Amino acid sequence: MNEREVETGVVKSGDPIIEIHGMHKWYGDFHVLSDINLEVQPREKIVICGPSGSGKSTLIRCINRLEEHQRGQIIVNGTELTNDIKNIEKVRAEVGMVFQHFNLFPHLTILENLTLGPIWVRKKSKKEAEATAMMYLEKVDIAEQAKKFPGQLSGGQQQRVAIARSLCMYPEVMLFDEPTSALDPEMIKEVLDVMIGLAEEGMTMLVVTHEMGFAKSVADRVMFMDDGEIVEQNRPDLFFDNPQHERTKLFLSQIL
Amino acid sequence: MTELAAVRREQLKPPVVDIGVIGWLHKNLFNTWYNSILTVCMVVVLGLLLPPLFKWAFVDSVWYSSAEACHDIDGACWSVIPHNIRFIIFGFFPEGQEWRPALAMFLLLALVVYSRKRSRWQSSLGCLWAVSLTVMGVLMYGGIFGMPVVETSQWSGLPLTLMLSFFGMVAAYPLGIMLAIGRRSRLPAIKSLCIVYIEMIRGVPLISLLFMSSIMFPLFLPEGISINKVLRAQVAIILFTAAYIAEVVRGGLQAMPRGQYEAAESLGLTYNQTLRLIILPQALKIVIPPTVGILLSAFKDTSLVVIIALYDVLKTTKVTLSNPKWTGCSTEAYIFLALLYFVFCYAMSSYSRRLEKELDTSY
Repeated sequence: MNEREVETGVVKSGDPIIEIHGMHKWYGDFHVLSDINLEVQPREKIVICGPSGSGKSTLIRCINRLEEHQRGQIIVNGTELTNDIKNIEKVRAEVGMVFQHFNLFPHLTILENLTLGPIWVRKKSKKEAEATAMMYLEKVDIAEQAKKFPGQLSGGQQQRVAIARSLCMYPEVMLFDEPTSALDPEMIKEVLDVMIGLAEEGMTMLVVTHEMGFAKSVADRVMFMDDGEIVEQNRPDLFFDNPQHERTKLFLSQIL
Repeated sequence: MTELAAVRREQLKPPVVDIGVIGWLHKNLFNTWYNSILTVCMVVVLGLLLPPLFKWAFVDSVWYSSAEACHDIDGACWSVIPHNIRFIIFGFFPEGQEWRPALAMFLLLALVVYSRKRSRWQSSLGCLWAVSLTVMGVLMYGGIFGMPVVETSQWSGLPLTLMLSFFGMVAAYPLGIMLAIGRRSRLPAIKSLCIVYIEMIRGVPLISLLFMSSIMFPLFLPEGISINKVLRAQVAIILFTAAYIAEVVRGGLQAMPRGQYEAAESLGLTYNQTLRLIILPQALKIVIPPTVGILLSAFKDTSLVVIIALYDVLKTTKVTLSNPKWTGCSTEAYIFLALLYFVFCYAMSSYSRRLEKELDTSY
């Protein structure tokens, strides 16, 4: 991240870690994503906002192929996403994902939730995987709960475990799909704090969220989506103070 | 302030009428006027029924008398059981060799009991099972170590019932799971194959399957080749039970939220790993109650093999009763048989409840 182009706010540097070219997606006849072009640099943090149904979740779910795109190209860390299942599994192992509803595995303990991926996908030994898991549990400040089951934790704790679970795979990129929208207000901060810490360490992050405070303080770039299109993207200060499009202005006036 | 409040709360006890025997009676038996009437009626009915039943079963009854002595008494003639126990349990197994099926049954039950703890489910237990099943087979069939050969046509009574139901359940469960997964497959060939199989099997009664396996199936075999009758019945029971298991398991699979698949996939797990590590453990747990229901009825349905002339424990009892000496004692014999079935069924259902509790992770 050496120079910044003020006009677009896009960070320009070496090879992008995610490249999306002319990508389209339909659900049946419904055109969810239309002509998406996006380049994400390593260590870049992008916040994606927009009204519900604008396709922002679908966009990041395309990046680890939880959704299939029908046209265009998505290249993640040098691997193009096609129907090749081996490529898809490789990309998924490199891309961490945090869901709105945590999606922890309720039949496994917290520790087992964290070691599952490293043991079965990365073929680590159980001992090694557990050491990594405990390290990340310390980091999200929840190590004392390692032997409990997800159902015994609060929402905020579960979401922090979910983040730690992704980190145990040593991902190149982290995707966050509305990570705080299912949480009670008093738990939002503890999750955001973990995400801020992650950002400061230089993780590449794509975050779909309505937390504009987070966007202002953490993001390198804020992207506004509406109706399946990227309407506008800019540096956060420019995005919030001087939005260019009518739709962006309308959206910001509604949520701020 | 808060300390005071705590002290005050501690001193407050629930009202006396709500606890103790009177409280319990009031709450459970006499809480409304119609429940009070029901309670009184039940007490009267039980009072009328129980004493004569008790008198018949325990007071006027005989336990070890001869068959003739039974004709002179008013009570139960339990003597039918000890006099015929050998035939009821072992059927046509050769005289003097009863220790072999007895030992095999004991081995089977002991292993089942030993396997009840989940912490023991390891590969060493699998080896133990493999060895024991071989030993059981040798015990039943014989032919080595000086044990005379006993053809499967002579296997009968309780060993036959236990064998048909044990292998029926153990083989039908994984087969049912595979059918359930197959029915949800994206590949049309596999999917339709599983649907056709499940719907066809569920569309016919077990009796007709047994008939087909014993009478029609041999007609299709080339001359000179015959497949063992017990084995054919066993296969029919497995195929039948598996179809029912499949539908129950499919229900469990459908209950799994999509987020579980997505979380597993986004970690990079393959489809097989996702099923094995994430989906099946949860789905199978959800469907423990209906699965046990099916296994219980499969256990009891093994008695239908009488129609293809296999002598399970129900049939050996019937044979006993067809002896003119004992014809009057059918009630007693059937009560004994009912108790025998009940013991096995109750053990299974209480084990399933324990398993459910163990697997509960408060989600």
